[in-house]
Amino acid sequence: MAAAAEPVSGPTYADIDRGVRKIMEAPGFVYWVWVGFCFTLVAIAAALWTRQIYVGLGVTGLRQGPMWAMYITNFVFWVGIAHSGTLISAILYLFRTRWRTAVYRVAETMTLFAVLTAGLFPIIHVGRPWYAYWLLPYPNERSLQPDFRSPLVWDAFAVSTYLTISALFLVMGLIPDVANARDVAKGWRKTLYTILSLGWRGTDTQWQHWSMAYLLLAGLATPLVLSVHSVVSWDFAMAQLPGWHSTIFAPYFVAGAIFSGVAMVLTLLIPMRKIMHLEDLVTEWHIDNLAKVVLLTSLIVSYSYGVESFIVWYGKDPIEMMTFHERYFGPHGWVFWVCIFCNCIAPLPLFSPRVRRNTVVLFIITIFVNIGMWFERFMIIAVSQENNFNPSQWAIYHPSITEIMITVGSFAWFLGLFSLFARFMPIISMTELKEGIHWLREAVRDDYYPGLK
Amino acid sequence: MPRLGMVIDLKKCAACYACVAACKTEHATPPGVFWCRVVKHESGSFPAVRRIALPLGCMHCADPPCEKTCPTGATRKRGDGIVHVNYDECMGCRACMIACPYEARYFLAEIRPYYDGQGLTEYERIGYAANGYVEGTVTKCNFCMERVDAGKEPACVANCPGRARYFGDLDDPASEVSRLIRDKRGFQLHPEFGTNPSVYYLPA
Repeated sequence: MAAAAEPVSGPTYADIDRGVRKIMEAPGFVYWVWVGFCFTLVAIAAALWTRQIYVGLGVTGLRQGPMWAMYITNFVFWVGIAHSGTLISAILYLFRTRWRTAVYRVAETMTLFAVLTAGLFPIIHVGRPWYAYWLLPYPNERSLQPDFRSPLVWDAFAVSTYLTISALFLVMGLIPDVANARDVAKGWRKTLYTILSLGWRGTDTQWQHWSMAYLLLAGLATPLVLSVHSVVSWDFAMAQLPGWHSTIFAPYFVAGAIFSGVAMVLTLLIPMRKIMHLEDLVTEWHIDNLAKVVLLTSLIVSYSYGVESFIVWYGKDPIEMMTFHERYFGPHGWVFWVCIFCNCIAPLPLFSPRVRRNTVVLFIITIFVNIGMWFERFMIIAVSQENNFNPSQWAIYHPSITEIMITVGSFAWFLGLFSLFARFMPIISMTELKEGIHWLREAVRDDYYPGLK
Repeated sequence: MPRLGMVIDLKKCAACYACVAACKTEHATPPGVFWCRVVKHESGSFPAVRRIALPLGCMHCADPPCEKTCPTGATRKRGDGIVHVNYDECMGCRACMIACPYEARYFLAEIRPYYDGQGLTEYERIGYAANGYVEGTVTKCNFCMERVDAGKEPACVANCPGRARYFGDLDDPASEVSRLIRDKRGFQLHPEFGTNPSVYYLPA
């Protein structure tokens, strides 16, 4: 055939293998300092949590008014971060989106570790953490069940389902790539990869079963993208508290989740691509498309802010009006304006293709988005409770050092786990990059730029 | 089955806080926890100023949002309408505190002594043990369940010097509380929350 005779421009299968295997080589000193730094912060947070369990929640800044504060903020933030993973790996897989191939493993890994981080916070939050398992139905001698009318129980089911599916999805997708790594690995890595590759030999039957299983899992995971964060939002929307009791909460939270999640993918991907020299595998084209998703969801989130305020203004409920007035101009009003700047204004330059392809600017924007989305959760959860129905119980929430350090520790825990995974597992899917190698070849050509051509 | 309820006559309330003190004495609630409290409100401008005292507490709603949102079933409604917390089953998630629009619930983050640096007094120690308070759980007014079961009225009712509080069966049309609500235009606080409180107020 004539096409086969043409010289191949752009990466070959061997280039992909070489690129990904290079990341998995033994890491250097700087890497271990970074991982050590992360886990030191985790250890500090763990020590403070131990003290909190011992002394009681009096060590936090919780007061009579704001009773759900920083821990629940972190819970919602991390569940939100987890959302882009399934979006990219399940929904975009079903739509056969081309640019997902190089970035979906990063998103999936991030999902798993973000859910693991999120799952810690309800346990840290409750007054008697040793009984947190009461949220789950388990066989017991008195046939007791959790109350299924409680939004918290829905939440426990939603998050544990999400954890199961995303972990399965990640492990399933890893099989061919881990088998690839197994073939060249030595020592303990060989043992680890042999176990994880589940006897993969790459036969036609195995590929057929694997593809079908992957497709089915993608189908199962798709509804979760919308349902999990909707359920999380109902923890709040089911209460009558002004600022929470709103019907827009489910779509508002889902859009925010995808927004923060894709921004976090970029936050992780951009430095990783630079440090590990992955420019040929994770191209500007991939980054550009992720940036477009950030821009789109940013606009949805901005619209939601508008609608939320409009509903309150149109409803003219005095208590709700007061809550929103305090949200904008009260003692914690700066939180709202930080959200507006980070979530609505900072992503607007992404309309320009030049900004989307400038990784430094893009990285800064995604950091703003991460900050903005954390403060959005804080604004909705903690600041709303500062002004409830009863003026005698209004109180300003000031987080204690315990809460701040546990929050910092959660970021360190997430980044530490991600860093470990990124160097010991194939963080970029060799299988899917090879499947779509002609898209990659087109993308690395200088003149190729979808949408501008 | 009766539906126990309370009527508070705002005309008679002198804001003397006797109910707050009686509640504290009866239940030995730790510092910062007020099952019963009195809120004062001033309205108008001089010289037409008036001050209203509003005793607040758990409304023992017929449709309590706190009970529905409790994941473990620690918050329960008894057959006679009393909503109470079983501390043994409470894990301290505080979902009920978020759900309660009347802010009637208090979280025992840690049981502090009344006198800083001196530890618990004998009175506090006995009181906390007798009431079974557990750190990390949520507490609330229980309409003095133990007194009601013994045929007495709640401590705040018995101790009100102005006799502003009445206690009785709302389901019995002949009871004093039902008669007062009927004859003196009794109202519920925030009926729009849809919780149907069992505590009624008579206009000031």
